[in-house]
Amino acid sequence: MIDALTPFLAATIRTATPLALAALGELLVERTGLINIGLEGAVLAGAFGALAGATAGGVAGGYAGAMLGGLLIGALFAFCVLVLRADQIITGMALTLFAVGATGTLYRALYGASGAALHAPTSGPWAIPGLTAIPIVGEALFDQPAVTYLVYLLAPLLAWWMANTHAGLALRAIGERPDAAAAAGVAVTRVRTLAVLAGGALGGLAGGTLVLAQAGTFVENMSAGRGFIALAIVVLGRWRPLGVALGALLFGAASALQFAFQAMGWGAPYQIFLAAPYLLTLAALAGAMGRARAPAALGRPL
Amino acid sequence: MTTAPALALEHISKRFGEVTALQDVSLMIEAGQVHALLGENGAGKTTLMHVAFGMIAPDAGAIRVQGRPRTIAGPANAIAAGIGMVHQHFTLVPTMTVAENLALGGRGLLRQRRLAAKVREVAAATGFALDPTTMVETLSVGAQQRVEIAKAIARQARILILDEPTAVLAPGDADELLRWTRRFADAGNAVVLITHKLREARAVADRVTVLRRGRVAYSGAAAATTIHELTTAMIGHEPIASQDAARNHPASAANTSTPTVVLEAQHVTVLDAQGRERLRDASLVVRAGEIVGVAGLEGAGQRELLRALAGRILIASGSLRRPAATGFIPEDRQRDAVLLDRSLTENVALRDAGRRRGRMRWPSLAARTRALMRAFDVRAPSAESTMRTLSGGNQQKLVLAREMTPERQHGEARGPVAPAPQALVIENPTRGLDVRATAEVHARLHAARAAGAAIVMYSSDLDEVLATATRIVVLRAGTLQEVPLDRDAVGRAMLGLA
Amino acid sequence: MRPSARRAWPVLIALGTVAAIIAAIALLLLVGGYDVPRSIDALWTGSIGSWYALTSATLVRAVPLMLTGCAIAIAFRAGVFNIGAEGQLLAGGAGATAVALTLPEAHGLAVVLALAAGTAAGAGWAGIAAVLRERFGVLEVISTIMLNFVALYVVSFLVRGPLQEPTHAYPQSSSISETVRLAHVPGAGRLHVGIVIALGITIALGWLMRHTAAGFRLTAVGENPTAAASAGEIDVRRVTARAFVASGALAGLAGAIEVLGVTYALYEDLSPGYGYTAIAVALLAGLDPWRVVITALLFGGLEAGAGAMQRDAGVPSTLVSVIEALLILGVVAAQALRVRRPRGVGAGDDPRAGASHSASDSAAWESPS
Repeated sequence: MIDALTPFLAATIRTATPLALAALGELLVERTGLINIGLEGAVLAGAFGALAGATAGGVAGGYAGAMLGGLLIGALFAFCVLVLRADQIITGMALTLFAVGATGTLYRALYGASGAALHAPTSGPWAIPGLTAIPIVGEALFDQPAVTYLVYLLAPLLAWWMANTHAGLALRAIGERPDAAAAAGVAVTRVRTLAVLAGGALGGLAGGTLVLAQAGTFVENMSAGRGFIALAIVVLGRWRPLGVALGALLFGAASALQFAFQAMGWGAPYQIFLAAPYLLTLAALAGAMGRARAPAALGRPL
Repeated sequence: MTTAPALALEHISKRFGEVTALQDVSLMIEAGQVHALLGENGAGKTTLMHVAFGMIAPDAGAIRVQGRPRTIAGPANAIAAGIGMVHQHFTLVPTMTVAENLALGGRGLLRQRRLAAKVREVAAATGFALDPTTMVETLSVGAQQRVEIAKAIARQARILILDEPTAVLAPGDADELLRWTRRFADAGNAVVLITHKLREARAVADRVTVLRRGRVAYSGAAAATTIHELTTAMIGHEPIASQDAARNHPASAANTSTPTVVLEAQHVTVLDAQGRERLRDASLVVRAGEIVGVAGLEGAGQRELLRALAGRILIASGSLRRPAATGFIPEDRQRDAVLLDRSLTENVALRDAGRRRGRMRWPSLAARTRALMRAFDVRAPSAESTMRTLSGGNQQKLVLAREMTPERQHGEARGPVAPAPQALVIENPTRGLDVRATAEVHARLHAARAAGAAIVMYSSDLDEVLATATRIVVLRAGTLQEVPLDRDAVGRAMLGLA
Repeated sequence: MRPSARRAWPVLIALGTVAAIIAAIALLLLVGGYDVPRSIDALWTGSIGSWYALTSATLVRAVPLMLTGCAIAIAFRAGVFNIGAEGQLLAGGAGATAVALTLPEAHGLAVVLALAAGTAAGAGWAGIAAVLRERFGVLEVISTIMLNFVALYVVSFLVRGPLQEPTHAYPQSSSISETVRLAHVPGAGRLHVGIVIALGITIALGWLMRHTAAGFRLTAVGENPTAAASAGEIDVRRVTARAFVASGALAGLAGAIEVLGVTYALYEDLSPGYGYTAIAVALLAGLDPWRVVITALLFGGLEAGAGAMQRDAGVPSTLVSVIEALLILGVVAAQALRVRRPRGVGAGDDPRAGASHSASDSAAWESPS
C-alpha cells in the first residue's frame, strides 16, 4: 500500500497543477470584486495557444503561446466589463463559448478536420536532485514538470504579496469597497484590468500545462470544465492563495483516487469516476459557500 | 502682500447630460479660515468639491493650489496637492483595521510597526483616540468619522473638505466636531465645510458661499451676513412663512372621540442576519391623524423598526397590528422602491404585486397611473415612459403617489384617486430633493395626516423631524423611547443621556 | 420616443442583426481563406434554399431551440443564470426514452406520458441546482454547468448499460416503437408535430409574461429583487425557485421531443449544443418568448446552414459557435451602452446608486412591446 502512495501523490500534484494555476489567477480577479466565468475559455485558449506556439517554437514557444491565448480572453473580458460595462456573468459565458468555437474552428482549419492528434513537444519532469530522495513525498513533489515548481513558488508569493505590500492592500480594498479605494487615490480600473489580464494569462498557462506537460496534444474542448472547477476552488480556498493551493490539491487527490479505485478493481461504472470532479465541485461549493466570506464587492455591477 | 488662496477653484462648469450641475463657479479658500459652502440639496456643493478632489472632471475651469495651477485628474492628484476630503458616506473599508484604512493608497511594503506609528502620529496631531488594530466596522459612527478625518490628516492634508459632517452625528458630537474644525483652521489650514444648516455655518465659518442651481448666489464674510440673506440666496426668493402652524392642529377638528389605533407594535424584537438584536422590545401605538417622528443615530434600529411596522421584514418576537395595505417609502428609492428600466405604469403596478392574482389589467393600471401623475404633479411624457428618464424629484413623487393611494381592490382602481391610506411608513422622505420638492412632500404628508392617515416617519435630519412630527420617539441601540417634542430632549435621548 | 418610431426599432434591429451576421461570416471566411461565394451558397441552400432544407433542417432545429430559448428567457428574466439547459435537455431525453421504452403500446397516452416524464426529468435536474442555490448559496452558473457534465455521464452510463440496445454493439438505446413517435407533418419532410407543441408553448409563455401577475412578478424580481421584495412584497425566493424549475422543465421537454420526434433513441450526442445556443437565442430575443420564435428560426437556419457549409465547402461548423458568442457579446454590450448609469459619485444623488448583489442588475433587458 505504501508504495502506491508515491504514485498517488504524484498524480495528485499533476492533476492539481493546472487547477491551481487557473484558480490563483481567478483569485486575483475575484479579490478585486470581479468574477470571470470566461476562465474556462482562457484555459482552452491557452491550450490551443500552446499547440500553436509549440509547433512554431518548441516548449518555450508553447508556454508563451499559452499565456498569450489566455491573455487575449482576459483582455476581451476587461474591455467588455470595464469599458463597455457589460454584465460580467454573460460576458464570461460568451467568452467561454467564443473560445470553444474559435479554438475548434482554428484547429480544424489549421491542422485538418481529420482529427488526427498532433504531437506537440512536451516538457518532461525536471527532477530536483537531493529533494527527490525524501522518502515517499520526495519523488512525488520534486520530480514534476517545471510549471509545477512555479505553482510551489507562486502560491506563497501571492500570499505574502497580498498581505505585505501596499499594492496587495489596494487589491483587497477594491474587492471590499471600491469607492473607498478610489477615494484613497487607488487607480481602481487600472488595478482591475491588470488583475484580469494576469488571471487570463494564468488560466492560459493552465491550458498550456494540459497540452505541454500532460497530454502532448490538443483536443477540442480539452479543458473539460477545469476552468469552472477552478472557480469553485477559489471559493473553497476562501479567496486566499494558500487555501486555493490546498483546494487544488484536494481536487487533485480526488481525481487521483479514481485511478486508484479503478486499479483496485472496483466494479462501479467508470462514468462515476468521470463525473467525480464535477460532483465534488458541487459538494465543495455547497459546503464552503456559507462559511466563507467573499470579497464584499464580488459580482456587484460596476 | 497678499498670499494666494490655499485652494482656488476658477470658473468651474459641469454638465451631466442635459442637467447643468455647475455653471462658472469660482471659489477661493484661504488658509487659516473655515469657508462654509451652503446650498440646498442639488445646488452643486458636493459636485463642486468632487471636482476639487478629482472625483469628477469639470467641463471647464481650473484649479490652483497655493497659487500654482494643478491638474487634478483623480483623488491621487488631489491628495498629493494636499487636499483631503471627508465624505458624507464614509469611504472606509469596514473589514480592515484603522491602520490599514489609513495606509490605503500608499506605495511599497507594508510594515506593521510603521503603520502603527503613523496612526499614533495622526492621533497626536488631531487629538483623536485612534487604535490601529480596531476593525472599522466595530466603531461607532462618530469614531468612524474620526478615522475618515484621520485618513486625510495622515496624507498631510492642508486643505480639508468636510461634506455634511454633522448629518450623522448627535447634537453634542456635532458641536464637538465643529470646535475641532475651528481649531484645525486656526492652526493654519484651510477648511471647506459643506452644509445646508445655516446655524452651523454662522457658528464656525469665517466666510460663506451660497450655491443655488449650480451658480454662486452669494459670497461674503460670515459675520457680516444675516440668516435672512443666506436663506434668500439659497432658495432664490424671500422665505415663505413657515408651515409650522399646520402640524400642531389635531387630526380633525370635527373628530371629538379618540382617534382609532391604526398601527400597533407590542414588544417587537428584530434580529439581523447574524442573529444580533437590532430592535429590542419595542412598543408603539400610532393613531389616525398622527405623524410619529423617529429620531436616532445611524444604526440605532430605525431601519428595522420602520420595516417591521410596514410588514416588510419578519419579526423575531412580539406582535404587530397593521392595515393590510401599509404604504412604505424606503430611504433609497432608486435601489429599493422602483424598477428603473420599466414603465411608470409597471412601477405603479409594483405595489402589492405579491398579492395580485390572475391577469394584469394594464389599461386600467395605466389610467390609474395617469391619474396619480396628475394628482401629484409628476412630470413625464406619458405613463409608459421609463422610470429612469424621470428626474429624481419626479421619481420620488411617483413613489409617494403610489404608496399614499392604495388601490381599492386587487388589480382594479375605482375613480381617479383613492383617499389617503390608513398607514404610511417613510424613511428620509426628502433626501436629495430641492426646497420646492421638499415643501411639496411635506404638504402631502400633512394633507394625508389631516385626512386621517397614521404616519411614521424617520429622518436623519433632526430639524425635519421636529418640524413635521406630532409626536417623537427616539431609538438608541435598538431601544425605543418616547420623548417630548423638544430639540434638547431628543438630542440627549439619542445619546442616552436622558 | 414617439410611438411610431418605437415600433420601427425592433424590425430595423432584427434586419440589422441578420445583415451583421452575414457580414461577420463572410469576413471570417475571407480571413480563413475559404471560398466565400461557395460557402455562402451552401449556407443558403442548407438553411432555407429549398423546401426540404427549410422544413427538415431549419425548422426541425428550431423546435428544440424555441423551447430551450424559452427556458433561458424565463430563467434570465427572473435573474437566474441557468446555463444548464444542455443537461436538463439530456435529462428530459433520458426520461422520455425510459418511459417510451417501457410503455410502447398505449399510443397517444404513451406519447403524453413520455413527454411528461421528460419535462419532469428536466425540472428535477434544474431543481438540484435550484436547491443548491437556495439552501447553500451556490452560484447557479457554476452548478448548472457542473450538472451538464454529470448529465452527459449519466446518459453515457444509461446507453451503455440499462437502456442499451439489445445487440450491445452501439452506445445508444433501443429505438422507440412507432406508436410512441411524434407524427411527421404531412408534406414537410422530417418536420414533426413537435413544432406545434413548441409554438403553442412559446406563444402561451409570451402571453403569460405580458398579461399575468405571475409574469409581472417574474420580471420585477429579475429587474430588481430588492424593490420587488420591498415595494412589491413579492416572495422573491419562491418566484426565482419556480422560474428555475420551470426553465428546466422546458429544456427537458425539448429533450423529450427530440427523442420522440427526431432521433427515436437516446444517445450521448442527442444535443449539438442546443442548451448553449439557446443563450444566444434568448438574449437576441430580449428575453421575450414571442421574439424567441424568430431568433430560434434564425439560429436553426444558421446551424443547418453551417452543416451544409462544412459538407460542401469544408468550413468548420464550429464557426457558428463563434458567431453566436460574438452575437451574445454584441447584445450585452449594446444593452450596457444604452443604459449608462449616472456615472459615479457627485451626480447629485446617492453616490452608491445601484449597489445591489445580483450581477443581473447590471443588464437591462428590452421591454416586451
